[in-house]
Amino acid sequence: MGRETPKQQQQQQQQVSYTVEQLVAVNPYNPDILPDLENYVNEQVSSQTYSLDANLCLLRLYQFEPERMSTQIVARILVKALMAMPAPDFSLCLFLIPERLQMEEQFKTLIVLSHYLETGRFRQFWDEAAKSRHIVEAVPGFEQAIQTYAIHVLSLTYQKIPRPVLAEAINIEGLSLDKFLEHQAANSGWILEKGHGRGQLIILPRNEFNHPELKKSAADSVPLEHITRIFPILG
Amino acid sequence: MATNYDYEEAPANYDETHRQDLGYDPNFVPDSVKSFVGHLYRHIREKNVYEIHQMYEISFQTLSDRLFKDTPWPSVDAVAHYVDNDQVFCLLYREMWFRHLYARLSPTLKQRIDSWDNYCSLFQVVLHRVVNMQLPNQWLWDMVDEFVYQFQSFCQYRAKMKNKSEQEIALLRQYDQAWNVYGVLNYLQAFVEKSNIMQILEQEKEGLEQFTATDGYDYSGGSNVLKVLGYFSMVGLLRVHCLLGDYQTGLKCLLPIDISQQGVYTSVIGSHITTIYHYGFANLMLRRYVEAIREFNKILLYIYKTKQFHQKSPQYEQILKKNEQMYALLAICLSLCPQVKLVEETVNSQLREKYGEKMARMQRYDDEAFAIYDELFSYACPKFITPSAPSFEEPLVNYNQDAYRLQLKLFLYEVKQQQLLSGVRTFLKVYSTISLGKLANYMEVDEPTLRTILLTYKHKTHAVDSDGKIISNADVDFYIDDDMIHVVESKPVKRYGDYFLRQVVKLEGVINDMDRIKLE
Repeated sequence: MGRETPKQQQQQQQQVSYTVEQLVAVNPYNPDILPDLENYVNEQVSSQTYSLDANLCLLRLYQFEPERMSTQIVARILVKALMAMPAPDFSLCLFLIPERLQMEEQFKTLIVLSHYLETGRFRQFWDEAAKSRHIVEAVPGFEQAIQTYAIHVLSLTYQKIPRPVLAEAINIEGLSLDKFLEHQAANSGWILEKGHGRGQLIILPRNEFNHPELKKSAADSVPLEHITRIFPILG
Repeated sequence: MATNYDYEEAPANYDETHRQDLGYDPNFVPDSVKSFVGHLYRHIREKNVYEIHQMYEISFQTLSDRLFKDTPWPSVDAVAHYVDNDQVFCLLYREMWFRHLYARLSPTLKQRIDSWDNYCSLFQVVLHRVVNMQLPNQWLWDMVDEFVYQFQSFCQYRAKMKNKSEQEIALLRQYDQAWNVYGVLNYLQAFVEKSNIMQILEQEKEGLEQFTATDGYDYSGGSNVLKVLGYFSMVGLLRVHCLLGDYQTGLKCLLPIDISQQGVYTSVIGSHITTIYHYGFANLMLRRYVEAIREFNKILLYIYKTKQFHQKSPQYEQILKKNEQMYALLAICLSLCPQVKLVEETVNSQLREKYGEKMARMQRYDDEAFAIYDELFSYACPKFITPSAPSFEEPLVNYNQDAYRLQLKLFLYEVKQQQLLSGVRTFLKVYSTISLGKLANYMEVDEPTLRTILLTYKHKTHAVDSDGKIISNADVDFYIDDDMIHVVESKPVKRYGDYFLRQVVKLEGVINDMDRIKLE
């Protein structure tokens, strides 16, 4: 029994996840795939991947057979869903989780965390997350995912954002923040500007949400597919 | 499959006195019924779809109203010998028999179980044997629709454990496969797969198949039953997933059907309404309000224009009910996501009439507002179910409301999170620029709080669509430059492209019709 090389392990993992996705697509209403789906959740956590469809499939199976539910797996699914923000995945998962389970301590905490993120209260979020390290540190990539979401919302809102506001939102300060900003300036088009005596201002990249003049008038564009329907008429 | 309708075993919820008064004899077959089944059987054998449809829609209703107002139809054993004991016809007859029972009377547990058995037998035949019939789309839709309805009804019934008799509990334990959620979903899925409907629809786009063009009917001598059942099962799956609270998967099941177009789903009004109702509801729960508003607007306008033609139809009441429910959902969507130009004038005036005052109160986001959101949601939402079997060990309670309570709670939670947005909107409509400090002052909050409110506004008004793209739903938008808010009024553009496309197709239709007229 030789040791598998990391490459072989990775290939095997890829094979397993390919099969699970197929199962979800082809045979989702099948109680036998429950263990596979549970393993897949753990795999998503450790390999920093994500599949909403597979997780919803598992939550449904738990709904059909509540005795087989694993609260640990459900908690992990919710953390992964939180990391998928701004997508509403967290709510979609909650719709499938029984109310009495949502009253348990760790789920109440996750719901509170979600609430803070949904309402832009990043300071409160990071404070609460710090108190619940055991929940959030169990899932690698959590911090980065939330920071990405924070930047997304800030980019919808601000053309220019004061440094302290940004710092609070992504929970990075001091020298680490300097490094982070340099990295963003070099790779993501951020521009660092000196503010008027009130500290640094960061100019976020232009998009159609913080620069309304960039908004393409998509309302009147017609997809080619629709035009092809009248080709027979046009002759 | 001889069945014994032993009403002596009926549990307490069946009306004993009622039964005795009417003296229902399951074996008595009136002449009109003999004639009805005989003709229907012949038409099915001869594939006369039009006649089948007339008999199914009209004759069956007329006879039901005249002879079977509050009793079941004659038992299948009694009519079997007028139709050569044909197995498939008997299964179809029984399906109608049970549907009539559910509509006019209260089914007993045994009857529910027997109906499940009948569906299993009927579906097995369609899935595994070559069935050489052409049935009207109305009938095929009703089968799928009724199947899901009886499943929903069973889950509701089963969840009311409190007053169940010993007999009922024993029956439930014994027949635990009946209306099992896995069974229901797997039958619908089996129809979708075995009919190959997804590939058919794909290939139709490339002109390699004819399905929509023939309304699903097979003009080359084959059968439409499996294909059309497969098609309607996609809508069935959407419906079941909504009942379970899984809106994402529900919408995925509907994906092969292009609802921006006419299709087989619009060939039957019940199917059209059910599809859009659930599609809209799912989008509402997914916070894609604009999408929901668009579809509700279209269907409500359609119903307004066409409901007069359905006044005599047995579905008329259902049509009206769904119409009212969708107005309520539209009111909710527009209160959460105000839009100026998405609603047609006729629909808008109806909406104002029914919910104008309530919508004004909903946008105040006070306690009264939440009560109204609660009221409208509860009125308009699907009848959510708990799919798992009860644990017969625990004390017997009624848990049939649990699923609904959870969905309502989560919905109101979302509404609450949007509470402060209405206030922001009002101010943004008045100013073109305003400093954060000043606005914070007017709204009586501190600056950091205002920043979080503005972030919430942005997040809630920028939904993630089905492709993962961000789309803005905001009727009033803004951006912040350091500490200045700049307001942007979004100008809704009229969709001329779609309008012209529709008119081109319409004109072509008119020209074709005119060409067909032969002048004498």
